[in-house]
Amino acid sequence: MTALFASIRIALRALMVNKMRSSLTMLGIIIGVGAVIAMIAVGSGAKRRIAEQIASMGSNLFVVLSGSATSGGMRWGSGTVPTLTAEDAKAIAAEIPGVKYVAPNLNGVAQVVFGNQNWSTVINGSTPEVLEIRDWSLASGRSFTQQDIDGATKVCILGKTVAENLFGGSDPTGQIVRIKKFPFAVIGVLAPKGQSAWGQDQDDVIFVPLTTAQKRLFGMQFPGMVRSISIQAQGPEVMKEVENQIVDLLRQRHRLQPNQENDFSVRNLTEVASSAEESAKVMSLLLGAIASISLIVGGIGIMNIMLVSVTERTREIGIRIAVGAKVRDILLQFLIESIVLSLIGGALGIGIGIAGTLILSTFTQWPVLFSTQAILLAFLFSGSVGVFFGFYPARKASLLNPIEALRYE
Amino acid sequence: MEPLIQIKDLVKIYHLGEMEVQALGGVSLSIKRSEFVAIMGASGSGKSTFMNILGFLDHPTSGEYLLDGQSGTNLSRDELAEIRNQKIGFVFQGFNLLSRTSALENVQLPLIYGQIPSKKRKEMAQQALSAVGLEGRTHHHPSQLSGGEQQRVAIARALVNRPPILLADEPTGNLDSKTSGEIMAIFQRLNDETGITIVMITHEQDIAAYGKRNILFRDGRVVEDSVS
Repeated sequence: MTALFASIRIALRALMVNKMRSSLTMLGIIIGVGAVIAMIAVGSGAKRRIAEQIASMGSNLFVVLSGSATSGGMRWGSGTVPTLTAEDAKAIAAEIPGVKYVAPNLNGVAQVVFGNQNWSTVINGSTPEVLEIRDWSLASGRSFTQQDIDGATKVCILGKTVAENLFGGSDPTGQIVRIKKFPFAVIGVLAPKGQSAWGQDQDDVIFVPLTTAQKRLFGMQFPGMVRSISIQAQGPEVMKEVENQIVDLLRQRHRLQPNQENDFSVRNLTEVASSAEESAKVMSLLLGAIASISLIVGGIGIMNIMLVSVTERTREIGIRIAVGAKVRDILLQFLIESIVLSLIGGALGIGIGIAGTLILSTFTQWPVLFSTQAILLAFLFSGSVGVFFGFYPARKASLLNPIEALRYE
Repeated sequence: MEPLIQIKDLVKIYHLGEMEVQALGGVSLSIKRSEFVAIMGASGSGKSTFMNILGFLDHPTSGEYLLDGQSGTNLSRDELAEIRNQKIGFVFQGFNLLSRTSALENVQLPLIYGQIPSKKRKEMAQQALSAVGLEGRTHHHPSQLSGGEQQRVAIARALVNRPPILLADEPTGNLDSKTSGEIMAIFQRLNDETGITIVMITHEQDIAAYGKRNILFRDGRVVEDSVS
């Protein structure tokens, strides 16, 4: 151990002799490690933001959309023809065992007025389960009850954005807002959820009982119709099975012949989410890989300087070998020198990488995430760059012929 | 008691491309303990090659060389390094000190590779420096020392491990005649007091005169071996 400390001291002294050269060599490693740290921080920041957005969407989710209309050979988008009913939702809840929650939705855009304020937002008619599915809690007030659904009462729950725009700082609970001229009592305010994975403001929404939406707000020619049904499965392992059962059940209920296409579509939102997560992962891997290249370039700089150093100190090496230095002694001396060089560079690089990342995130508002693991990894990586690129020069030094080395001018 | 150095039919051939150069053409001699031998010869006479083999820095092409009963044939690089460390002290013409380290640290160098603990190392180095009269200049760097002082540091380094033999290659080649005399006086005193065997190469007649035995090399052979 003391021998190691002595070797490190000798290495430091050798590096101090050529301060300028040592610091320039180190700069390569500093930039390399700094870049790795910054890129990993940016990459994992993005990954975490996506993961948060996915979590806010709810897990193990399906959305069943009503079918596309075909008129005169032209097919319209999903949801253009109302084929789903609240009864379908009830049947799914009752007959498919792997289902946890089912919530039918009927939504539309409407102007909401409170006092002299007004705001245009999405009105979502649904059942109390919709908040369970989306793992959404209330900041204040209460959710719907079965009575609200049965009686089609004019009550509503406001999203955070809507509450802020209509009420400013004051508590909306118990106030009356007007939606499409109908007065609605505000019974609750939702906790904020932020942006969705697609950049939508999820808090810009009002929930009303499904029946109220059907009868008062978005009345259709067919009573009982809904635009979509949200379904949460009990776990990721039953997703495939539940999806097949939903399709079978709905085909049966809609009396579709085997040669007829589905008049609805089932979307697995978890798959959409995981592909977004996958692309974020690839992105951060790519950033890290690009940054690693600069670290390798820094390593080549170390190798170059160590080779020069070995040549310059040929005579010193000859003296050491003559008085009894073994191959390992010389090898270690130069190896420790390059490791010390790269580790000091690595430590400085960590500092500069963190500082640079913080500055970057302040100016660009990018989310960044430092992990001790990544920092430790970058430090160890810089150490191994020192070993890898220092080995060849050190080996060369240790195998010098002492007679020639002593004669070297 | 058997001689410290036993050499029989030592041959060294260098291959310079296609050409073969015979540096040593069958040298046989023995050196007893406590001898002070001066080896003379013109350049190219093979005396430097002889010294390199004597110092376990080079292998002979053929022939036998025993130092203190130890042969260098078939030994690995590291085993040779250990023999050099334990049994041989080197003094060179150009002093060959490490320029950025103090006299004391220079003298400690062989002890570092001999795995001697740091405290003992310092003591031994102090002693060796005192033996050459440099106790007051232990923390000076080579650039702060005169040529004679630098060579004394080199002698202290050669002696510090108490080897049985000291090999000196033109030790006065870079020194003026007064300082040369001082260095030779140290050699004589060490030889008398500690009984260390000294083998010294020189091309100066008056320096060779300090040795008790003179050997003359010519064309890779010993042509004269006289005890004064």
